[in-house]
Amino acid sequence: MALIERFQKVTDVTYWEGQIPMSYIYTVGRAGEKFFREMINGKIFGAKCNQCNLIYVPPRIYCEKCFERLEENYLEVGTKGKVHTFTQCYETYDGVRKEVPSIVAVIRIDGTEGGFVHWLGEVEFKDVYFGMPVEAVFKDKKEREGSILDIKYFRPIK
Amino acid sequence: MEITDKMVAKTATKLSAEDIQKGKVLSVKWTPNLKYAWDNGPALGRYLAELKNGRIIAKKCNKCHRILIPPRMFCELCWVPTGEWVYVKDTGIVNTWVISYVDWKAGRLDIKGGVRPFTPAVIEIDGATKGMGILHLLNEVDPWKIYRGMRVKAVWKPPEERIGAITDIKYFKPVE
Amino acid sequence: MRRVAIVGAGLTKFYRNAQETPKELAYEAARMALDSCEMKLSDIDCVVMGTAPDAFDGVHMKGEYLADGAGAYRKPYMRHFVGGGTGVLSPIHGWFHVASGMFDTCLVVAEEKMSSAYPHPAGAFLTIFDHTTEQPLYPTLIWIFAIEMNRFMTTWGYKKEDIALVAVKNKRNALDHPSAQLGAEITVQDVLNSEIMAWPVNRLDISPTSDGAAAIVLAAEHVARRVTEKPIWIDGVGWCLDTAYWCTRDLYYPDYVEVAARMAYKMAGIKEPSKEIHVAEPYDPFTYKELHHIEGLLLAPRGKSVEMLKDGYFNRDGNLPTCPSGGALGVGNPISATGLMKIIEIFLQLRGEAGKRQVPGKPTCGLAQAWGDLMQVGTVVVMRS
Repeated sequence: MALIERFQKVTDVTYWEGQIPMSYIYTVGRAGEKFFREMINGKIFGAKCNQCNLIYVPPRIYCEKCFERLEENYLEVGTKGKVHTFTQCYETYDGVRKEVPSIVAVIRIDGTEGGFVHWLGEVEFKDVYFGMPVEAVFKDKKEREGSILDIKYFRPIK
Repeated sequence: MEITDKMVAKTATKLSAEDIQKGKVLSVKWTPNLKYAWDNGPALGRYLAELKNGRIIAKKCNKCHRILIPPRMFCELCWVPTGEWVYVKDTGIVNTWVISYVDWKAGRLDIKGGVRPFTPAVIEIDGATKGMGILHLLNEVDPWKIYRGMRVKAVWKPPEERIGAITDIKYFKPVE
Repeated sequence: MRRVAIVGAGLTKFYRNAQETPKELAYEAARMALDSCEMKLSDIDCVVMGTAPDAFDGVHMKGEYLADGAGAYRKPYMRHFVGGGTGVLSPIHGWFHVASGMFDTCLVVAEEKMSSAYPHPAGAFLTIFDHTTEQPLYPTLIWIFAIEMNRFMTTWGYKKEDIALVAVKNKRNALDHPSAQLGAEITVQDVLNSEIMAWPVNRLDISPTSDGAAAIVLAAEHVARRVTEKPIWIDGVGWCLDTAYWCTRDLYYPDYVEVAARMAYKMAGIKEPSKEIHVAEPYDPFTYKELHHIEGLLLAPRGKSVEMLKDGYFNRDGNLPTCPSGGALGVGNPISATGLMKIIEIFLQLRGEAGKRQVPGKPTCGLAQAWGDLMQVGTVVVMRS
């Protein structure tokens, strides 16, 4: 079947505007509570699966591979890691052009399978390379609030 | 295997909304900033344009002969394109209704303070096939005196305030 | 098609506000389900996830987000979603995977975390209405329930005080359910005296918003016989959607539930559902919905369910116990997890493992049903021991 009536003029095309008027408060969860509380102390924590012999960063209450419980196996993993991959970003998340581009990297924390995406600082884009050793730079203790933003960025280890 | 109190005891941790809002546990806030412009398409586009003119328009299915409101480009029962446009009346009867003490986000209205409850209803429009209803609001009636089959008529906004929206009809009120 | 059995089940506590992330809730239920039948994640061939609107948890692409918590790491995985009907579509979705012969085992998980949504999860429902013709009126989900309840009551002359008995029954049943959020001993008067939300719906006519998860393990016959002495067979499945032009339907009767039920009954070889079904878990997000569904499921003649309710027919020791778990009204209503909780209740009842909730008479055939979307979907599963 084909719909017979079609718009003849562009000006006939109308639309209705709206939005989804919701906001959210996400609890960080059981493993997240450990991770972000320790963030305030300037520490990064992970969780070890003894069966699979790997460490998740951030920590989780379970191993996604074998489903073992990991809540007894939280451990400090240091604040150093390596650049796994990186990019330079010229737009914000909603498509607005940035005045100063930012360098975004996946940081693999040393000795673990895990890591996370964060910013790189105190470095020029042209100087970043795969495997570059970096360390977390935390905000002043007073300003930390148990958030991933308690880490300002990662910087090269001199 | 029974599922016992002991088994479920540690599966979830009970909090109050206050525990979260006052920071007993950590949380992250987010308000999505997403907005949409939904194309009306020919059927609803004409429907809204006619509402601006103070008229209600429907569309006919030439297979099942139903007069469909809101108008649509295809009949969802026969799955064929619909046929001619048909003006229907701005009167109808109440099929079913509600006396609502809450708003869309479950917030309570100040009924004791004199706020009138919302009285949304499904209204079967005269001129459309029997049973074809639309959702709209009732007003100028005691909420507790609404009944099934009550005859109602649209109360329109003044022409200069109409924008081509379902809210160009302010509400329906009883007619005797 | 191969025969498919439920062999294991897991359930979290249901709370209004849980600390756990959606993934963590999914894990707790999935892990309990595996443990209950002494299976490991490596014994699972595929995973299906039932979870309702992304707008509740506030996680876009919630299915993908939940995958690892549901045990789907590097496994075939699918998410389905039909609003409140999701939880009972979950075992149907898993059933396909196993009945088809493609997989021998399937882990089925359902999760909802509604407490993330502000100012109230009810607000997330605004956007299920037509954005151009209905949303500008700021409808709430409670309105359309109330509008349907009113039509149902007006058609049959049912009274609010009679329908309130559903809340009394279910909240009392929930006192015996370990996961229950709202088990209570209440009276009809308590229901009538609770605040009016949208007449004819009072606060105690409504199930709560909840956080929670549920999971089951499905297995093909040759695996099921090895894993357990008491497999519970999925003998009939049915589901159906009605038109989204909900105002044009006659709201006093859920035709789509009847279509879904007839499909499931035909498959299970059931001729007289009210005699052959021994225990049922119809979906009860609102008091009247349980009765509305009992009629749609052909478990009571149209217009007669209230009379039977008043006679105690649907009590736990009645002729046809309905919602012996406590239902959504008593156990709580983390949307998709509620439907799967109902499946689990029938699983336990047919195995004789429902503890204090066990209905008498050694039931061998049960049914669970859920309902949702824009009041348009019915999902039905018939199970036998």
